[in-house]
Amino acid sequence: MRKLSKSARNSFINYGIVLVFFLVFQIMLSMGKLSSSFSGQLIPICTYVIMAVSLNLVVGISGELSLGHAGFMSVGAFSGVVMASCIQNVVGPSWLRLALSILVGALCAAVAGTIIGIPVLRLRGDYLAIVTLAFGEIIKNVLNCLYVGVDSHGLHISMKDAVSLGMEADGITIINGPMGALGIRKISTFISAVVLVLIVLFIIQNLVNSRSGRAIKAIRDNRIAAESCGINVMKYKMMAFVVSAAAAGAAGALYALNYSTVVPKKFDFNTSILILVFVVLGGIGNLRGSMIAAAVLTVLPEMLRQFQDYRMLIYAVVLILVMILTNNRRAKDALGRIKDTVFRRNRLQEADK
Amino acid sequence: MKKKLLAMLLATAMVCSVTACGGDSAGTADNSADAGETTETTDDAATTDDAAAADDGAADDAAADATGSGSLTGTLKLGVIGPLTGAAALYGNAVDSGSAIAVEEINAISSDFQIELNAQDDEHDAEKSVNAYNNLKDWGAQAIIGCVTTTPCVAVASEANADRMFMLTPSASATDVTKGKDNVYQLCFSDPNQGSASAQYISDNGLAEKVAVIYNNSDAYSTGIYQTFQTAAESLGMDVVSVTTFTDDTANDFSVQLTEAQNAGADLIFLPIYYTPASLIMQQAASMSYDVKFFGVDGMDGILSLEGFDTSLAEGVMLLTPFSADATDDKTVSFVGKYQAANGEIPSQFAADGYDCAYAMYAALTYYADKNGGFNVDGVSYQDLCEILISVFSDPSFSVDGITGEGMTWTAAGEVNKAPKAVVIKDGAYAGL
Repeated sequence: MRKLSKSARNSFINYGIVLVFFLVFQIMLSMGKLSSSFSGQLIPICTYVIMAVSLNLVVGISGELSLGHAGFMSVGAFSGVVMASCIQNVVGPSWLRLALSILVGALCAAVAGTIIGIPVLRLRGDYLAIVTLAFGEIIKNVLNCLYVGVDSHGLHISMKDAVSLGMEADGITIINGPMGALGIRKISTFISAVVLVLIVLFIIQNLVNSRSGRAIKAIRDNRIAAESCGINVMKYKMMAFVVSAAAAGAAGALYALNYSTVVPKKFDFNTSILILVFVVLGGIGNLRGSMIAAAVLTVLPEMLRQFQDYRMLIYAVVLILVMILTNNRRAKDALGRIKDTVFRRNRLQEADK
Repeated sequence: MKKKLLAMLLATAMVCSVTACGGDSAGTADNSADAGETTETTDDAATTDDAAAADDGAADDAAADATGSGSLTGTLKLGVIGPLTGAAALYGNAVDSGSAIAVEEINAISSDFQIELNAQDDEHDAEKSVNAYNNLKDWGAQAIIGCVTTTPCVAVASEANADRMFMLTPSASATDVTKGKDNVYQLCFSDPNQGSASAQYISDNGLAEKVAVIYNNSDAYSTGIYQTFQTAAESLGMDVVSVTTFTDDTANDFSVQLTEAQNAGADLIFLPIYYTPASLIMQQAASMSYDVKFFGVDGMDGILSLEGFDTSLAEGVMLLTPFSADATDDKTVSFVGKYQAANGEIPSQFAADGYDCAYAMYAALTYYADKNGGFNVDGVSYQDLCEILISVFSDPSFSVDGITGEGMTWTAAGEVNKAPKAVVIKDGAYAGL
């Protein structure tokens, strides 16, 4: 372990956290100790962790403020649902269907990310934020008009209404405009969600710690200096943006296949902001922080249900308190002192040996 | 090494705190209740097939319960799921208050049978709604009134179907809510019912030569009604000259849609939308001096109590609605009085639906108790209660007289049978047609 670089050690700690999280809850689930309220949230937690980690790649590592991350999630969600419906009777095992659907969701979102990224990444700062915001809204409105059905002849797509799909009598409408996808068969499982979290973490952490990752960070820190060193700015920015979009698409497919229905309205501006809140609270550029923030902030509103009407008020107060405390010098000093004490004790113990 | 140790320590501490929170979320009381619930379930599992027989046995054992044959005893834990906050909060709160009034009345009837009500917020979101449902399950809910809105209801209904929890939705009107789920029943008309009934009504009464439709294509309710209206209109040979749409984000200017309808020469506009955008459409049509008839559905109910709306604009508007607060029968008058006293506003159709839902549950349990010589709901698992309620609701001889309809019966598919009432707005009030 000692020979591992700091970044590699960090990566392994992240995998460890995910695995411990998985083991603890899996054991509690199998023992029936977990309340249904909590067990119902395991897959959403994993989804939001992936969303937060992938957005952190754009916001933290690449340094671009993106406000349309939920748009990629919805592209992944709906393409994943279409894929899952198409292969429902073709592919036997449900885990394989889920894996294929997630893959298609990720690919579609990556394509969307490329198309959006080419014009958008030429912009900087506020302009980029505004255009990504618009992108999320456009995706939502396009999906509101999208009708997809499947029958024995294959896929039918219409932008007008369900009647104009012209399907045979046995056809199934998969996506029904603003009503979204209905009658999805639930195939997401907790294990598959954790595996997806690990895969996404593996890809993103390796990207961040690679040569390309250093290039991306160099562009974030000083674009002109990076350019003068011969770094292709567009290429590396696109790399971060598209990988992030693909991860969001995978998360979207996982999310959609956990519920029997998803609607385009779900993936609106508010959801994008929610994910941005995870990233900011967890620490911009800090993957572990955003993982933990996503998990805690997903569970928090449910834990506050006993406060009824004041629930969201308390939620907001908690957010503000966390923001203040993490940026407070005194709080940081106190944490540092605790760290020092622990270290000193460790050192003493080692000296004893 | 030390740093690694520290990191590991922090990581485990973090995980532990998350787990601890997980325990907390259920609360200690809930946990013990949960434990009780599970033991009950296992007890019941042994006698699932003859749950009724076992209950009869229990009634015989307990002298208190054997007071009269056919009496309903115990405390029913009833969950309500609806949007209590957010954009659709109006509907969820109305259902919540309506059902609370009904529960108060039922609890006053006899101290032997009580209903405990627990309303959980779903923010009109499928994910939050499933969370709310799971929360109610932890609380020990035996049956659910909900969900109020369509999309969350579809998500919760499939969970409830897998768990075998009975659901009676006051207002989720899409067919997908009940499709393929034998444990989900609707108290409101389904969308196809409304769409085709509207088309039928317009065509039967020769209300219009040319019809225009303006609907909200970002809303499941509106699109659902439009689709069935369109199908019915085609088969009736109705001349639909203009179909235009808007979304929640563009619901503040309808001049384009109205101009198109006017140019197409429509003399009736069908509005399968909620009352807030509908009021704007009427205002703008009046300012364009476009004289046209409007026909609405139950979402239009409430337009007369809208603040700042000139009710003379709604003169002659026709709508299909199961409930009108101006009705003069005793039940409605008493309900409207109580609702106004409690909430300071005139109840909407949603409040009436919530009221009727609680009464329908009560009626179903009474019906079952009558048939089986008494029934104690205490400790009956939700799975057992679900089968009992399904057997009652699918029974054609079971009917409920409520304020949203007399003699409501249900099909085995979960749809309600009641007569749609068409009303016209005359002198700022509903009048029968």
